[in-house]
Amino acid sequence: MTCLPEIAPGQKKLGLVIDLDTCVGCQACATNCKEWNSSGHSGPLPDLKPYSAGAEGVWFNRVHSYEAGEGGDGRTVHFPRSCLHCETPDCVTVCPTGASYKRIEDGIVLVDHDICIGCGLCAWACPYGAREMDEDAGVMKKCTLCIDRIYNETIPEAQRQPACVLTCPTSARHFGDLGDPESAVSKLVAERGGQDLMPELGYNPVNKYLPPRKRSSVAAAPATPHEAAPTPMDIKNPLLRWMDKVLTR
Amino acid sequence: MNPAPSIVFFTTASGAGYGLLFWLGLLRPLGVVPATPAFALICLVLALLLITAGLVSSMVHLGNPQRAWRAFSQWRSSWLSREGVAAVATYVPALGFGVALLADRPGLATLAGLLAAVGAAVTVWCTAMIYASLKPIRQWNHPLVLPGYLLLAGYSGMALLAGVSALGGVVGGPASFIIALGLAGLILKLAYWRKIDGAEPIATAESATSLGFIGKVRPLDPPHTESNYLLREMGFRIARKHAGRLRRIVLVAGFALPILLAVLATQIGGGVALPALALGAILVLGGLLVERWLMFAEATHTVTLYYTGR
Repeated sequence: MTCLPEIAPGQKKLGLVIDLDTCVGCQACATNCKEWNSSGHSGPLPDLKPYSAGAEGVWFNRVHSYEAGEGGDGRTVHFPRSCLHCETPDCVTVCPTGASYKRIEDGIVLVDHDICIGCGLCAWACPYGAREMDEDAGVMKKCTLCIDRIYNETIPEAQRQPACVLTCPTSARHFGDLGDPESAVSKLVAERGGQDLMPELGYNPVNKYLPPRKRSSVAAAPATPHEAAPTPMDIKNPLLRWMDKVLTR
Repeated sequence: MNPAPSIVFFTTASGAGYGLLFWLGLLRPLGVVPATPAFALICLVLALLLITAGLVSSMVHLGNPQRAWRAFSQWRSSWLSREGVAAVATYVPALGFGVALLADRPGLATLAGLLAAVGAAVTVWCTAMIYASLKPIRQWNHPLVLPGYLLLAGYSGMALLAGVSALGGVVGGPASFIIALGLAGLILKLAYWRKIDGAEPIATAESATSLGFIGKVRPLDPPHTESNYLLREMGFRIARKHAGRLRRIVLVAGFALPILLAVLATQIGGGVALPALALGAILVLGGLLVERWLMFAEATHTVTLYYTGR
């Protein structure tokens, strides 16, 4: 049903914490997401014209890169964008059929593809662009937080994490219960000052983004070019090299 | 936002149909329009044709139209579901109105007509709220959107009613309604455009990325080099010069000329009234199609902040 569940304090809120300091923009999370979800709960994730110009398709994760700030203080920041599994998601309440819903037990926002009519209203209602239409099947698709991995008892316990989290080579993605203040992800958010995206719209996203760390003073010091001193190996004459060694001692 | 032809046609045609149904049910008991059952039946058929054509067109927009019946279930939370329920519910008194007219039961016809008028108003209200409740689209999530939909549905319905009334020889009343509603619609559209042009953005690239603490945020590398659903559906942008020209077309064809034609019909009357009001009705519908197209084309969605920074 598209009415939102009552959220009690301490309610489980599964979500992602994404570290914008360590993300290197390699696209591995987006690629592994596409790979897993093409055959999982939401599969297939179709591609339109996959082998020609205009190739495009349904992806649950899109990695943008931005420049922030000016001059020496400017930064390049890689920014993965996916469903934030909001606490008050309008994408759920606008759904006319009940296909879009938020699970009471863990807060994951899902689409029931068997009753979705493909009206597209939920995609309009999401400010973050988290939903993409499967134009082959005529139904809306979105990040499931890899619901078919995280509860999957047929895979080793260590792998019961979203595909994007498992594959990240810099561990910039973390998965856990953000409703539990004692969880590792909640502590990470508290320690690093995790941020909401577009908090002014009032969707109360569960996923948090960790801001890039302040630069160290070394990196900020002005670099004056200087000539490198010759090393002993730069002296070709063995006699002179021996003398250099003795005299520098 | 992408101005999908099926949706632009739906809201314009159904809006006019519900407007016509509303005025027919309301004004017939007051004697402003011809009292003959034939007149009411012509108007009713025209209204139901427009409403049904619009609703069918809106189904074309769906990915799975065969499941459309499911959309009646979530009226507790969804304005789209409420619109579906109201649209179907309105057929009951509207068809009852027709049956009562054919069976020559004037009392019942008046009652059913009034109920149909209420249903028409509620349905257009729900249609408007689908758009007005979407927070990521500031041009729609605006207090003038709901009165705009209601007023323009009433205006286009009145233009049709006046055209059919002129067939029955009644001109003055409906024509003066056109002038009043047209002027109100004109003022409302001008005010709406002024407001949306001057409004502050509801979110910024800085708040969308949470990187504002570093400084100004601008896109560097896109996440994909080809287009995608989001960009086609929500990244639609109309060039400012076209928007300006189309707005002028709306003002002249949709409002100024029909108002002038209505004035002409009341002042000269006779043989001029019918062609003037018929032409006026066509101009109103054409003008409102452009207005509704602009309503989509000029609307911006916050997802474009991620792609273009604006």
